[in-house]
Amino acid sequence: MAIKIKEFINRLKEYNTTWKTEPRSGQLHSISVLFDTPDQIIEAAKATANAGYKKFDVFTPYPVHGMDEAMKMKESKIGWIALLAGITGAITALLMIGWMGGIDYKNIIGGKPFFALPGSIPITFELTVLFSALVTTAAMVALFNKLPWTSNPLHETPFMKSVTSDKFGLVIEAADKHFDERNVENFLGQLHGHSIEKVYYPIPDVGKTKTPVFDLKFMGVIAVTAILTAIASYAVLNKVLYTQPFNWMWEQPRLNPQAQSNFFGDGFGMRMPVEGTVARGFIPYEYKGMPDSVIKLLANPLALTEEVIQRGKVKFDIFCSPCHGYYGQGDGRLKGQFPNPPTLHSEKVRNWQDGNIYNVITNGQNVMPAYDKSVAREDRWAIIHYIRVLQRSQNAKDTDLEGK
Amino acid sequence: MEYIKKALPDKFAKTGWILLVLGIIILAAAFAVDSRRAFFDYLWIYMFMISIGVGALALVALEYLVGATWSTPFRRIDEFLAAIIMLLVLMVIPLFFGIHDLYHWSHNEIVSGDAILQSKSPYLNMNFFTIRTIFCLVVWLFFFFMMIRNSEKQDLTGDPRLTKRNNIFGTAFAPLFVITLTITAIDWMMSLEPHWFSTMYGIYYFSGTMVAAFSVTTLFAVRLKEGHYLDPKINNEHYYSLGAMMFAFNTFWGYIAFSQYLLIWYADLPEENFWLLMRWEGSWKFVSIALIFIHFVIPFLVLVGRSQKTNPRILKIMAIWLLFAHALDLYWLIMPTYNNAGAPLGWQELAFPFLVTGITMVVFNLRASKRNLVPVRDPKLESGLNFHL
Repeated sequence: MAIKIKEFINRLKEYNTTWKTEPRSGQLHSISVLFDTPDQIIEAAKATANAGYKKFDVFTPYPVHGMDEAMKMKESKIGWIALLAGITGAITALLMIGWMGGIDYKNIIGGKPFFALPGSIPITFELTVLFSALVTTAAMVALFNKLPWTSNPLHETPFMKSVTSDKFGLVIEAADKHFDERNVENFLGQLHGHSIEKVYYPIPDVGKTKTPVFDLKFMGVIAVTAILTAIASYAVLNKVLYTQPFNWMWEQPRLNPQAQSNFFGDGFGMRMPVEGTVARGFIPYEYKGMPDSVIKLLANPLALTEEVIQRGKVKFDIFCSPCHGYYGQGDGRLKGQFPNPPTLHSEKVRNWQDGNIYNVITNGQNVMPAYDKSVAREDRWAIIHYIRVLQRSQNAKDTDLEGK
Repeated sequence: MEYIKKALPDKFAKTGWILLVLGIIILAAAFAVDSRRAFFDYLWIYMFMISIGVGALALVALEYLVGATWSTPFRRIDEFLAAIIMLLVLMVIPLFFGIHDLYHWSHNEIVSGDAILQSKSPYLNMNFFTIRTIFCLVVWLFFFFMMIRNSEKQDLTGDPRLTKRNNIFGTAFAPLFVITLTITAIDWMMSLEPHWFSTMYGIYYFSGTMVAAFSVTTLFAVRLKEGHYLDPKINNEHYYSLGAMMFAFNTFWGYIAFSQYLLIWYADLPEENFWLLMRWEGSWKFVSIALIFIHFVIPFLVLVGRSQKTNPRILKIMAIWLLFAHALDLYWLIMPTYNNAGAPLGWQELAFPFLVTGITMVVFNLRASKRNLVPVRDPKLESGLNFHL
């Protein structure tokens, strides 16, 4: 492992030194010229643009006003890219919020509509900014800095050293349509500049098909940056922000459930709900312990459909069949372990109203426990429908064969 | 630097006076017909004139505070418009006669039967209200006289120390401007509904004021440049900066207005939401919706591009547009208290455009007739004219 790292560092060092003193090939990249004042470079840029050259560039140590016009540069397209990305971001945000809140996961929050524009605006705004910022940066790097190329033949030349300190430079590239070595040299000579030089491609760049993005050094820098950023983010978000004094409102005056409190006279922290309070979604059963005559008034609220009967069968098979048996004959799988329940096909049960059966399921009878906690209200009524089907199947009359 | 003063045409002054007189006649007639409505209209006019006058003074102060040079060639526009402050002292007097028509917290018998108004009465009472109004006017007047005097003296002496002195005044005025404007907004507009409150109300009016101030500056700058009253060196980059400021503060207004709306909408508390619900009654609904588009959406889309901000014609139209938007905004803030059922729009409201344009033109003309339109010996003028982005 250690040897490998050493090898890697050596290769980096080697690469670094060769890069700095890289030999130049015979392939011409451009011809450069230097000027001493900003006025001269403006004039030179105007003359070059007027001469019809398109692929030329100007380098100055600081921004020179009026350069865009002098070079006849078109207005940058970056604004349109930012606009398109921003619109994409806004539409993405609205579709996302609309789908999540309005379609996929409807949740009532503060009594607001599932999808409401006012509440969505902040996220829409943020995604608009985020999209346009990221895309603009990426577009700038990719289009204008010509990724994946990370270097330029002008780097590491005397020309670049001059224009980054106190000189103003102009470069006409060999890739230009009107480029002719002698003509360009003559033309640059007329501009009252000095140090006209030919810039050649460095040898590593000639005929290179692999982009420098895959260079070890480049990848190494990217990898190290990514790792450092990850570590720093982790440390800040998970460690630094959770040290005092950031307590994120963990510490605040509050009352834990079941805890004592001196706020109320009786010393209890929790309060009894107001009499008659009903929990959400709960409908009280008012007929408990009441005579049969009242319970008879309870009618089955479910329509008699195949779906309901199927549901009743499922629930009956789960909850009732262990004792009553799959056909309600009192021959369940637990036979012998408990007193056997009576058959559901007796005269008595057949003549019961739905309300009576409902009462027995809800509150239990004799050995049978109450099922109000384990079987939902609607399911109980479905089970009753199914019991009626069973009863009729076991006590079919001749007339049943004729009808449908 | 050579500057030859060119006088404004007589037509300008004449139009201004005609509009002013017509406005006064309409307002007087409105007062005779329905004094309560006339007071609301007049309050609307008064608040708009504060936006223009005090906003213009704030721009002068802002230039000194941040040491801007690009705005120096047209700083005089704001200095002339700031003279409206002198008129505000006169304009506020009739309003005091309408206090009982405008503000129901001013009635003792109503306050005594209202627990909320009683607990607000240490702030909302006639004496303190008057003191605050006078305080604001005195602050504005003081800084108006000091800064404008220094600036005009410089035309004669060219003393760079006057700029330094104004830097101090500008710096001192910046926080005072915000405080006095907030007090004014709360006292004269928010207390129309004394049960209601919004902690963003001050900055809401501030953002609208800045939009109006930049719009009126842009309008005068473009018109004066077209008439060759200003230096020919003023170019697209000056226009771009004016347009950018207009755009920026209008977007800021949208941001503040939406934030205020969002907070009320989210909490949906009856003590807060009734103010917005009032603006959703009858035809107010359309005013509310129109305000979003006129004050934010359309100006945003028009001014967002670079080429529009450098086009003097579009700038001129957008300046007028935004001034109209600010007027609509103030109408939307003030008038629902007068008539909650629907937006009152009749011949009485015509007093607003006549008086507002009349006062602005007359004051500008009176100031411009004796003064240079350009701060000729300001040390920042040269770099302001050669301004490049």
